[in-house]
Amino acid sequence: MPSIEFTPNLHRHVDCPPEALDAGTVGELLEAYFDRWPAVRGFVLDDQGAVRKHVKVIVDGRNIKDRAGLSDALGPASRIHVFQALSGG
Amino acid sequence: MTRRLYVGTRKGLFVVEPKKSGWEIAQTALLGDPISMLLPEGNGTVTVAQAHGHFGAKLKRSRDGGKSFEDRPAPAYPEKPDGVEDIDPIHNTPIPWDLKSVWSLETGGADRPGELWCGTIPGGLFHSADDGESWQLVESLWNHEGRKLWMGGGADYPGIHSIMVDPRDSKTVRIGVSCGGIWATYDRGETWAVEGKGLRAEYAPSEQAYEPNGQDAHRSVQCRESPDTVWIQHHNGIFMSRDSGRTCSEITDVDPSVFGFAVVVHPEDPDSAWFVPGVKDEFRYPVDGRLVVTRTQNGGRSFEKLTRGLPQQHAYDLVYRHGMDIDAAGDTIAFGSTTGNLFVSDDQGEHWQAVSHTLPPIYCVRFG
Repeated sequence: MPSIEFTPNLHRHVDCPPEALDAGTVGELLEAYFDRWPAVRGFVLDDQGAVRKHVKVIVDGRNIKDRAGLSDALGPASRIHVFQALSGG
Repeated sequence: MTRRLYVGTRKGLFVVEPKKSGWEIAQTALLGDPISMLLPEGNGTVTVAQAHGHFGAKLKRSRDGGKSFEDRPAPAYPEKPDGVEDIDPIHNTPIPWDLKSVWSLETGGADRPGELWCGTIPGGLFHSADDGESWQLVESLWNHEGRKLWMGGGADYPGIHSIMVDPRDSKTVRIGVSCGGIWATYDRGETWAVEGKGLRAEYAPSEQAYEPNGQDAHRSVQCRESPDTVWIQHHNGIFMSRDSGRTCSEITDVDPSVFGFAVVVHPEDPDSAWFVPGVKDEFRYPVDGRLVVTRTQNGGRSFEKLTRGLPQQHAYDLVYRHGMDIDAAGDTIAFGSTTGNLFVSDDQGEHWQAVSHTLPPIYCVRFG
């Protein structure tokens, strides 16, 4: 089953424990996750449902290609990491 | 009741209270994260808007003067329908239907407890009828053809920085927009029209200089007891209205400069207003490196420079549009700068106490 975990920087703002969830795409996995942890949605996605500009979603070591539609496919054992892009000051 | 001054900065919230020896920082909170706006409602209740660089804009509320906070729902834009074009007319870039920053927060009026207004970048106005449990985009304004002519100024996208709920009638609400001028509703947001006739954009082509929509009003404030009077610090200079913002007249002769962002008006005396001038317009630091507050007490016929307690050499402070406030009694004024200087005066600006010279860049100060 695909699994997802979040940058420690996000744990400072909202509860977002790792989960393993049944899903075929990044979008399906995030929706399943937000069903359990609804407060996390607004930290990862913007109001139009796209990945926030300064957030990175990585599947099995690679940046996802479809940051607006979240259609990137997952394998049965895919690992998804949600990071923040390096910026700030 | 404890008198408090809430200070929102690039690196968190500071709560300042009057002590025996003067105003002092009594509490810090939410350190490290930027605070773009805050709304005190008395008795230690304050809502703060955080502007996280990575994770978006969020709201939190404290009921104990900033000691503890609970998460509150943030306004969210609706899904953008397919085929809708929404382009910033100056930058020629799409306006995102996405909350970038909370830029103004006000209560809905004394007769409307639990109602809130929230102005945002990229230009959406939101209303809550349930004390912030949920927010609705004011679609009558968002879908107005005139809104689509608003443009970004210093920010990438347009923003609503001022919300003036008429103290005589809470159905009447006026907003100030950079860059969109002054807009008004007389039916609690069902219909909107641009006002601010007389505002002048010196930087625009001459035939468009007096076009009310798109004016870069930096900040507008309404006198509580005489709401016919509205003061506007505009990109071009200082304007004043005696008909609640419908028509405005320009005040041009103010030493050392008419350029600035912040303005406050005395809550009872509409003829008294305070400004923090800077060198226009892209330079934005105090003239000759002397930090001064300008004050009129006669409706703008003359101004005086207030300097006692303020640095008069090598001061390069910029005071942002929400960086100054006056308390409900009209005697105590506070302002904070990009340099992290925070000043308070208990005598309408005659003398200034430096609360700190080392705060983070200050975005907003409010009494409450």
